[in-house]
Amino acid sequence: MVRSGNKLKRIFSIVPLASAVAWAQGAFAQAPQSVFAPAGPVAQTQLNLLSLTLWIAIGIFVVVGSILLYTVIRFRARPGDPIPKQIQGNTTLEVIWTVIPIIILIVIAVPTVRDAFGLASPPPVDDVLNVRVIGYQWWWAFEYPDLGIVTANELRVPVGKVVNLTLESNDVIHSFWVPRLAGKMDVIPNRVNTMWFVAEEAGIYYGQCAEFCGTSHANMRFRVIAQPENEFHAWVEGRRAVEAFSPANDLVARGQAIFESTGTCFACHNVDGTAANGQVGPDLTDFASRTTIAAGLLANTPENLARWLRDPQAVKPGALMPRLPLSDDDIQALTAFLYSLE
Amino acid sequence: MATVQESFPTQRAAILPRPKSTTGFWSWVTTVDHKRIGIMYAVTAIFFFLVGGIEALIIRLQLFSPDMNVVSADVFNQLFTMHGTTMVFLAVMPLSAAFFNYLLPLMLGARDVAFPRLNAFSYWLFLFGGIFINTGWFVNAAPAVGWFGYANLTSPAYTPGLATDFWNIGLQILGIGTLVSAFNFIVTIINMRAPGMTLMKMPVFAWTTLVTSFLIIFAFPSVTVGMILLTFDRLFNANFFEVAANADVVLWQHLFWIFGHPEVYILILPAMGIVSEVLPTFARKPLFGYSVMVFSTILIGFLGFAVWSHHMFTVGMGPVVNSIFSLATMAIAIPTGVKIFNWISTLWGGSIRFKAPLLFALGFVWMFMIGGLSGVMHSSAPSNAQQQDTYFVVAHFHYVLIGGAIFALFAGLYYWFPKVTGRLMNEKIGVVNFVLMFIGFNVTFFPMHFLGLMGMPRRIYTYDPALGLQFWNQVSTIGSFILAAGVAVYLYNLAVSLKKGELAGEDPWDARTLEWMLPNPPPVYNFARIPVVSARDEFWARKYEGAPAKEVAAGSEDEEDGIHLPGNSYFPIIMAGMITLFGYGLLYSGALAVAAIILTILSAMGWAFEGVGGTIIYPKGDAE
Repeated sequence: MVRSGNKLKRIFSIVPLASAVAWAQGAFAQAPQSVFAPAGPVAQTQLNLLSLTLWIAIGIFVVVGSILLYTVIRFRARPGDPIPKQIQGNTTLEVIWTVIPIIILIVIAVPTVRDAFGLASPPPVDDVLNVRVIGYQWWWAFEYPDLGIVTANELRVPVGKVVNLTLESNDVIHSFWVPRLAGKMDVIPNRVNTMWFVAEEAGIYYGQCAEFCGTSHANMRFRVIAQPENEFHAWVEGRRAVEAFSPANDLVARGQAIFESTGTCFACHNVDGTAANGQVGPDLTDFASRTTIAAGLLANTPENLARWLRDPQAVKPGALMPRLPLSDDDIQALTAFLYSLE
Repeated sequence: MATVQESFPTQRAAILPRPKSTTGFWSWVTTVDHKRIGIMYAVTAIFFFLVGGIEALIIRLQLFSPDMNVVSADVFNQLFTMHGTTMVFLAVMPLSAAFFNYLLPLMLGARDVAFPRLNAFSYWLFLFGGIFINTGWFVNAAPAVGWFGYANLTSPAYTPGLATDFWNIGLQILGIGTLVSAFNFIVTIINMRAPGMTLMKMPVFAWTTLVTSFLIIFAFPSVTVGMILLTFDRLFNANFFEVAANADVVLWQHLFWIFGHPEVYILILPAMGIVSEVLPTFARKPLFGYSVMVFSTILIGFLGFAVWSHHMFTVGMGPVVNSIFSLATMAIAIPTGVKIFNWISTLWGGSIRFKAPLLFALGFVWMFMIGGLSGVMHSSAPSNAQQQDTYFVVAHFHYVLIGGAIFALFAGLYYWFPKVTGRLMNEKIGVVNFVLMFIGFNVTFFPMHFLGLMGMPRRIYTYDPALGLQFWNQVSTIGSFILAAGVAVYLYNLAVSLKKGELAGEDPWDARTLEWMLPNPPPVYNFARIPVVSARDEFWARKYEGAPAKEVAAGSEDEEDGIHLPGNSYFPIIMAGMITLFGYGLLYSGALAVAAIILTILSAMGWAFEGVGGTIIYPKGDAE
């Protein structure tokens, strides 16, 4: 009995377990959408709480699981066993194993309530960036109301600044989730939700819709691009300075003409400085500066763009962008036009 | 058997005569015997379990790597919708109902449930409702809104066609059967216990059935209201969940989860009841802390209604509401933890025989513990914002519903198989069955914890290769096929043991409760004479503790101890069929719907005026 007890102790020794968990956390933190690699205070607070509950859960499992394992080994039937003593229960034990979980739960409950209130509203600072997020099937619009600019699927923010989001939906329920910056908040039609985050390091953060929203829910991806303040301002200024668009060459001009001709792109897409002012699909004013197309689905390369223009539904099932009767020449011209939109 | 039968005088003329056959197809279609109905529930539920399992395997194949094209996005969405709906409503719940049906009257010392025809009616609604929901597969309109069907994705604007209607109306058909069944069991448990069996002397399985039935009665109306509103939206252009008419779509989530969370306990409490019967038998000790187990079951039932919004922590309810529901959710861990400790204490000091039912029950305790602990992790609202709608949640509830409910139900299938068939399941194949399922299950679902925290949302048919999710998805897919192999071994064992299983004898496990006092399988009237109960584990007390073997006549005195067996009836299946026809009518033809309503009313009248029927049986001469 003593020997098997020691064996159990060795098997469940806390040192290798702890290092295994630490190794696993490190490995999982490599993933670009991992909860274990927080890059801001909101995600960090949430990870601290997660770690607390995770360690408590592992601790309880190891202790209670060991007792269960020990019990079934120790009390396995042996030939000639007498009938066991018919014990009905024990009040003292019942009280003990009611009180211990209560104490453990208080350890979780206190920081839970503290953080629920702590994260509910952003830090009281004046210098914030306000962004209006609008969910569409299956892409994201990002409006900067104080800056007067609109973009899509790539949310640019300055490093270290509090970003206040208001979340609205154009159609069904979505959920805005950038694991490395903040836990998710649902995006609900007829409601305005709010959330905030701070990106403390420059970088590209992966995000994705987290509420099932129809056919291409899996493809409703986005990026948060955190840049140093000066780079962010340069982007904003460039974005605002768009004047009347003048095509650099004939191919671009032809692309613009196709874009603006009846029954094509302009009916849904807006491009500042041109006649295109559609409000149904993503704003394309800064198309060339985007890293991805089709809501984070493909790298923004001419080949991918051609693929997308040729047959949107083949790239992204259910995509609401129609498949237009475009010739290869049309696509080449449109591509040239779109890549001139810096 | 030296029994004497005579027809019971029919007092009124009936529209349809009572069916006469006692064997063959029609005797099963018209049966009102709780044991036959229980078997039909089990067979149908296992069939749907296989359907849901195949759906799951296709899902796992599609997720094997980011570039798989096993199914399209739309079919994938249909698959996970139907997988969830099937497993919850057509597999786990009815498999629990199979145990309720077959065992409760035997455990309570009753001849049948309180309302045998209603019992048959519940079964037929389950079967027809299951067929109705699955009709979508055959008319290219399988639902794709998730088993939770959040508004306003269910609005005709976003899911046109009949798919969402099959789901919405099918669940209402199932709901009628479930509610009827719940009332039936409550009345049975309250009124039909053997003399001497006070509530606190009932087997714990009867307690979990009672609490589960009350949960059904209080939980189902909420989702039914939601579904009726949705029906009006979809069929008659009402505006309950229409955003353009300023609806608040979150209303659906409240209506759904006030049902949906108690539903979790509707799925798990019967499993806990089964484990609470299996562990004592194989440890040869009584259940430790019986009364604490009973009260913790009741407490879980109450608290189950106070935690629904923890499914909605990311809806934006604010810190006050989130904190309250966090704390209430944590509170549920207390009675649940108490159960774990009592099960372990039941084993402590016992003489544990490692038979297949015990292996599955131990697997239950082990994995339910993991599911419970990850549940506590979810309860913390701020941290939940990183877990909600990810594979971490998928891992959590599969630990509760497979590691918990399914393993316990398998324990029950192995444990009571000899009672139903007179034969034992093959023990060696049973061990293989357990090992494959245990390994397969853990290999499938443990990695999903990692996937969720690495940022994999639920319900996605593909994922970005850059996210580094492929390895664990592959592990999980491989595990799912090991799990499926385990289930296949069970089916093989079932086939082998039905034909050639070792004859069990009346009490193969040296068990403790009343059902094991009966021959295998029990006679149609159950107890020739009803035992008078003086102890919780009455059978054990009679065998080992010299409890008096008192009994009373099963029949009433004016029938000279004859037992009245209710006659079979056509009406349960007819009425269930007409209600289902009404469902099809709503989708396809107003005239059909009206006709089905009239036929439903007529069949209800036929049912009411059917007359008493049945036979009186005199089992006095039984060898028993």
